[in-house]
Amino acid sequence: MTPSYAPVAATGTFALTAWVILLPLAGAAILLIGGRRTNRWGHLLGCAAAIGSFVLGAVLFFALLAKPGAQRSYDQHVYTWIPVPGFTADVGFHLDQLSIVFVLLITGVGSLIHIYSVAYMEHDENRRKFFCYLNLFLAAMLVLVLADNYLLLYAGWEGVGLASYLLIGFWQHKPSAAVAAKKAFIVNRVGDVGLSIAVMLMYTTFGSFAFGPVLNGASSAKVGTMTAIGLLLLLGACGKSAQFPLQSWLLDAMEGPTPVSALIHAATMVTAGVYLIVRSNAIFDVSPNARLVVTIIGAITLMFGAIIGCAKDDIKKALAGSTMSQIGYMILAAGLGPIGYVFAIMHLITHGFFKAGLFLGAGSVMHGMNDDVNMRHYGALRKFMPWTYVTFGLGYLAIIGVPPFSGYWSKDKIIEAAFAQGGTSGWILGCAALLGALVTAFYMTRVVLMTFFGQKRWVPDAEGHEPHPHESPWIMVVPMVVLAVGSVAAGFLFSYHNAFVNWLSPVTGFSEGHSPINTAVLQVVTLVVVALGIGYAYLGYGLQQAPSTPPLGSFATRAARQDLYGDAFNELVFMRGGQYLTRVLVYFDMKGVDGVVNGVSAGLGGSSGRLRKLQSGFVRSYALSMFGGATLLIVALLLVRG
Amino acid sequence: MDTYVPVLILGLIAGGFAVFSVIMGAMTGPKRYNRAKYDSYECGIEPTPQPVGGGRFPVKYYLTAMLFIVFDIEIVFLYPWAVAFDSLGWFGLAEMFLFILTVFVAYAYVWRRGGLEWD
Amino acid sequence: MSILAASSTTATFVAPHVEFGKLSPMLIAFGTATLGILVEAFAPRKQRYGIQVGLALVGIAASFAAVLALAGTTASVVAQGSVAVDGTTLFLQGTILVISFVAFLVIAERKTDQNQDAFAAQGASVPGSAAERETTRRGWQTTEVYPLLMFSVGGMLLFPAANDLLTMFVALEALSLPLYLVCGLARHRRLLSQEAALKYFLLGAFSSAFFLYGAAMLYGYAGSVNLAVIAQHVAHPTAGSTLLYTGVALLGMGLLFKVGAAPFHMWTPDVYQGAPTPVTGFMAAATKIAAFGALVRVLDVGLGVNSAENVWRPVMQAVAIITMIVGGVLALTQRDIKRMLAYSAILNAGYLLIGVTSTTAQARAAVLFYLPVYGVAIIGAFAVVTLVRDAGGEATDLSRWAGLGRRAPIPAALLAVFLLAFAGIPFTSIFIGKFAIFQAALAAGSPDLVIVAVLASALAAFFYLRVVVVMFFSDPLPQGPTIAHPSIAVKTALAVAAFATVALGVAPSLLLHLANNSAGILAK
Repeated sequence: MTPSYAPVAATGTFALTAWVILLPLAGAAILLIGGRRTNRWGHLLGCAAAIGSFVLGAVLFFALLAKPGAQRSYDQHVYTWIPVPGFTADVGFHLDQLSIVFVLLITGVGSLIHIYSVAYMEHDENRRKFFCYLNLFLAAMLVLVLADNYLLLYAGWEGVGLASYLLIGFWQHKPSAAVAAKKAFIVNRVGDVGLSIAVMLMYTTFGSFAFGPVLNGASSAKVGTMTAIGLLLLLGACGKSAQFPLQSWLLDAMEGPTPVSALIHAATMVTAGVYLIVRSNAIFDVSPNARLVVTIIGAITLMFGAIIGCAKDDIKKALAGSTMSQIGYMILAAGLGPIGYVFAIMHLITHGFFKAGLFLGAGSVMHGMNDDVNMRHYGALRKFMPWTYVTFGLGYLAIIGVPPFSGYWSKDKIIEAAFAQGGTSGWILGCAALLGALVTAFYMTRVVLMTFFGQKRWVPDAEGHEPHPHESPWIMVVPMVVLAVGSVAAGFLFSYHNAFVNWLSPVTGFSEGHSPINTAVLQVVTLVVVALGIGYAYLGYGLQQAPSTPPLGSFATRAARQDLYGDAFNELVFMRGGQYLTRVLVYFDMKGVDGVVNGVSAGLGGSSGRLRKLQSGFVRSYALSMFGGATLLIVALLLVRG
Repeated sequence: MDTYVPVLILGLIAGGFAVFSVIMGAMTGPKRYNRAKYDSYECGIEPTPQPVGGGRFPVKYYLTAMLFIVFDIEIVFLYPWAVAFDSLGWFGLAEMFLFILTVFVAYAYVWRRGGLEWD
Repeated sequence: MSILAASSTTATFVAPHVEFGKLSPMLIAFGTATLGILVEAFAPRKQRYGIQVGLALVGIAASFAAVLALAGTTASVVAQGSVAVDGTTLFLQGTILVISFVAFLVIAERKTDQNQDAFAAQGASVPGSAAERETTRRGWQTTEVYPLLMFSVGGMLLFPAANDLLTMFVALEALSLPLYLVCGLARHRRLLSQEAALKYFLLGAFSSAFFLYGAAMLYGYAGSVNLAVIAQHVAHPTAGSTLLYTGVALLGMGLLFKVGAAPFHMWTPDVYQGAPTPVTGFMAAATKIAAFGALVRVLDVGLGVNSAENVWRPVMQAVAIITMIVGGVLALTQRDIKRMLAYSAILNAGYLLIGVTSTTAQARAAVLFYLPVYGVAIIGAFAVVTLVRDAGGEATDLSRWAGLGRRAPIPAALLAVFLLAFAGIPFTSIFIGKFAIFQAALAAGSPDLVIVAVLASALAAFFYLRVVVVMFFSDPLPQGPTIAHPSIAVKTALAVAAFATVALGVAPSLLLHLANNSAGILAK
C-alpha cells in the first residue's frame, strides 16, 4: 500500500499535541530562570515534566488507536512564525502513527532516565542544571519528531544538537569532556549543513517547507533534484546518527554522564537520522540511487561499529560502538525502501529499550565501581549486583537476537529484508547484516563475561579507594527493570499479527519482500551465526581470564581500539587543514583582542585599518568629510536627474 | 519690486545720516585726547585688564548675556502679537500667556539656582 | 501689496485651528519636561532625583497612553498641515516611548556606581578641580538630565510626525540640543565626555545648517515648506528641478547625519564612546527611530512621486551600500565595546536605508518592525556595558572582558543574546527584522543591495561573535573588572529587553502585523 499525506486539523484530544512539547519546555525554562532557588526540587520538577509529557503522549496514542487507520493523521497549526509577504514559515505539529511512536519512545525512555538520574546524579552539585538540560533535550527532540514542516524539524534538530553538546560537556571540569562536546558539535555541524541545504532545496523546489507539499509533490518532481535532496538528508542523518563517515563523535560523547549516554546517545537522539529518512520516504521512493547510497552507508557503519565494539575495554565505548552498529542496521533498513521502513522503526524502538537498559546497567556498574569504566577492572559482579546482572543480561539476549527477546524480531526482519532487496546488492547487504549479527554476538558476550563473570580484577581508584560493588538504589533499579521488560516483550508484541507493520504502513508504505532464501532457513542460519559469535567470545573470555592490562593484540585489534583510525583519518584530512585555518584565525583573533588588527582576512583587516585613519578625531576633518559628502550627494542627484 | 522702494529709500536716508554725522563730528568737534578716550568703548564699567595668556572670560557674563537674549526674543514675539492683538482674540491671549509662562519657568530655574547672583 | 501696508492685513488674521487631542503625546512630553524644570527650581536638592525620575516615567507612560488612545483614529494632518498623525507616526511614537521608558530605567540607575548616577555632580565644574571634588563629596547630582531628556523625547515624538520642513527643523533641534548637553555630563572620564559633546554639538549644528539651507531651497522651489505642497510641485513641475534636488541633497544630508549614515557618520563612534553609557543607549535607539521616521516621511510623502523616486533612489541606495561597508569593515578593528556598538549602529542604519529606499508599503512595514526590535536590543547591550566597571568608570576595552562569562554569567549571557541578535541568528528578533527588510528589497527589485547586506551581515557576525568568544572562551583576567549589581529597575529593563529580543524572534507575527497595518497608513 502506498502512503499518503493528508492530515486533518487537530481538534479535541489531538489539540493536546503542543502540550507534549510545552511541558518539558516549561520545565527547562523554570529550572533555567529559577536558578539556585529550584535546587531543592528541580529534579522532581524535571521528572514530573517528563512523566506528564509521557502521559499526554499515551492519551494521544490511545486516541489515535480509536480511529481507523486512514484517519490517524492530524495537523495542529500553532502560529505563523514569519508572515512576510512572499515567504511564510509556520510553527505547527503533525501527529500520526510515526510521530506518536517516537513520542512514546522519547517520553517513555526519557521519563525512566529522568527517574534514574535522580539517584545517579544525587551527589552532583549541578543536578538541577542537569535536569534542565534533560528537559530541554526532551522538548527539542519532541519538536523534531512532531514538526509538520522541515524548517521546524530543523529547529528541533539544532535544539537536540545543543542539548547534546551541553550534556556531553556537562562535566566541564574534565578537559576530555569539554573536548568531546566540542567535537560532537563540530562533526554535527557538517551534517547540519547538509540538512539545511536540503531544506533550502525543498523550498526552492516545492515552494514550501511543509510536509504536505513536499511529500505529496515528490513523486512528480525531477528525479535528479530528489536524489540531491535525499543525499543531503542522508548527510544530515549521518551527522546526527553517527554514521560513517561522520561517526567519530559518538565514542567521545561517552564522556557525558551515563544517563545521557543512555537517553541521547543510544535510545533517542542518535536515531533522529532514521526518523528523518523514514519521514522523507516519499523523496527516497523516487530516487533509487539515493536509497542505494543509504544502504551502503548503513552496511558500512554496522560493520564499523561492531568491530570497534569488539576492541574497546571501556564498557560505555563498547556499547557506543554497538549503538553505531545497530543504527547502521536501521539506516540499512530505511534505505531498502518500503520493504524496510517499518522494520527500521521497529528495530529503533526495540533498540531504544534494550540499549537504554544496557547503558543504565553500565551506569549502575560504574556507580558500584567508583566510576571506573574499564571492563578489565571488573569481573564476578553478578553476585554483587543481581538486579543489574539480570536486567543487563536480558538486554544482552535482546541485542544479540536470541528468540523470543525483542531484538530477534526486529533484527531478523532487517536481515530478511536486506536479502529480499534482490540482486547482487541484496546478497552483499544481507551477508553484511549477517556478519554484523555474528560480531554483535561476540562483542556483547565479551562485555557480559568481562563484567559479570570470571574472577575479581578490581583495582583501587586514583585515591586508593578499594571498590565495594553494591546494588544500586531502587530508584535506579526500577527503570532498569522496566526497560528489561521492554527488551523481553516488545519484539513479540510488535510482531504479533503484524501489529507494528499494520500500524505504520499508512505512513511509510509497506511491501512484502521476497527473499531468495527460504525464511526459515535464513532464521536458522542467523541463529547459528549468533551462536558462533557467543562461542568464540566464550573461548576468549569465558574459559580464560581477561588480563587486567590489555594485551598488545593483533593489527586488527589495535586498529579497532583506535576506532578504526576514524580519528586519525579526520586528523589527517580535516584537522590538519582546519588547524592551519584556525591557527591563522587565532592569530588574527589574538591580534584583535590585543588591539592591533584582526579580521577574517588580512585584506579586510587592512582596509579597516586604513579606513580608520579617516576617523582622526578632529572635528574639522569630520566636518570636511560631511561637506564633501553633501557635495557628492548634490552632484549625484543632479547627475541621476540627467 | 515696487514694494521694496520705500525700504530702499529708508536705508539710503539712514546710511546718509550716519555718514553725515561721523563726518560732521570729526570736522566740528574739539580734539582733546586723554587715557579714557584711547580705551575701547565699553558701557559704563572700566575695562578689566587682559589676563595673562588670553585667559578665560568669566562665565557670569555669558549667563547674563544668555538671559538677556531669552527676554529679547520674548519681546520679539510679543511685539507682533501686540500689533495684532485685536484680531487674534482669546486664542492669541491664551497662546501668549502660555508662551510667557514657559519663559518664566526658565526664569524661575535661573533665579532659584542662583543664576542671577553676580558673586 | 505694499510691505508698509502689512499691518492692515493682520485684520483678516484667522486663529489657527490646533487639534490638541491629536498632539497630546507630544504636549504631554514637553509639559512633563517643563514641570521638571520647575522641580529643579523649587524642590529641595535631596528630593529632586526621586521626583524627577518619577515624573519622567509617569510622563512617558501618560504620553504612551495618549498614543494608545489615538491608535485607530483616522489618519489626518493636523495643526494647519504641520503635523501628520497617522499609523506610521503613532507606531513610531509608541516605539519611542517604550524605548524611552526602558532607557530611563537604565539612565536613572544609581546602584551600580556607589549610589551615584552616571552624570557629573555639577556639569559646570572643571574636571579634576577642587569644585568638582567638593560637589562630588556633597553628593550633588545633575538632575536636570531628566527634564532635558524629556525635551529630547518630545522632539523625537514630533520629528517623525512633522509634515512641514520648519516643524521638522524645530523637532530636530528640540531633540538634538538636550542630547548635546547630556552627552557632556558623564561622571567619569569627563574630558572625553565633554569632547564628545562639543564634537556632537559642532557637527550637529553644521548639519542643521545644511538641513535649513535645503529646506530654504525647497521653499524656493515649491513656495512652501509643506511636504504635501512640495509633492504636488514635484508631480507637476512648474520650474527646473535643480533647486529641488540641491535642496533634497542638503536636507537629506541633515537627516542622514542624524541616522548615522556614511559619509556623515563620523561623529557616531566618538560621541557614543564619550557620552554616558545609558545615554548612548538611549541615543542609539530612540534618535535612530525618530530620524528614520522623519526620513521616511520626507522621502515617501514629499518625494514619493515616481519621477522623483527614480532620481533619489539610486543615490540613497549608494549611501546605504557605503554605510554598510563602512560600518561593517570599521567595526572589525574596534577594541572598545562602545565604539564597536557605534559602528554596528552605522551598519544597522545601512540595513534600514535598504528598507527606506525600497519605498513599498511592505518595506516600510519592515523598517517599522526593525526599529523597535533593534532599539530594544541596543539599549540592553549598552545597559550591560554599564555593569562592567573599573575604578575609573566602565571597563569598555574588550580585552578587559575576557572570561566575563565565567565571572558574571548572567550579564554575559544577556549581552550574548543581544549580540547574537545583532548578528542575525535565527529565533532572535533582529533576524526577523533583517529577513523582512531583505525580502521587501528583493520584492522591490534590488537584489544587489541584499547581496551587500548579507555579506555585511556575515562580516558583522564575526565581530559580534568575537565578543561572545572573548567572554565565554577566554580565561578570566586575574584583576578583572568588577561586576556591578544593578537595581531591580535595571534588572527589569534588561529582562524585558532580552525577553523581547527572543520572544519577537520566536513569535514576531503580532508586531509584524501591527507594523504592516501601521505602515499602510501614511497621511498625505
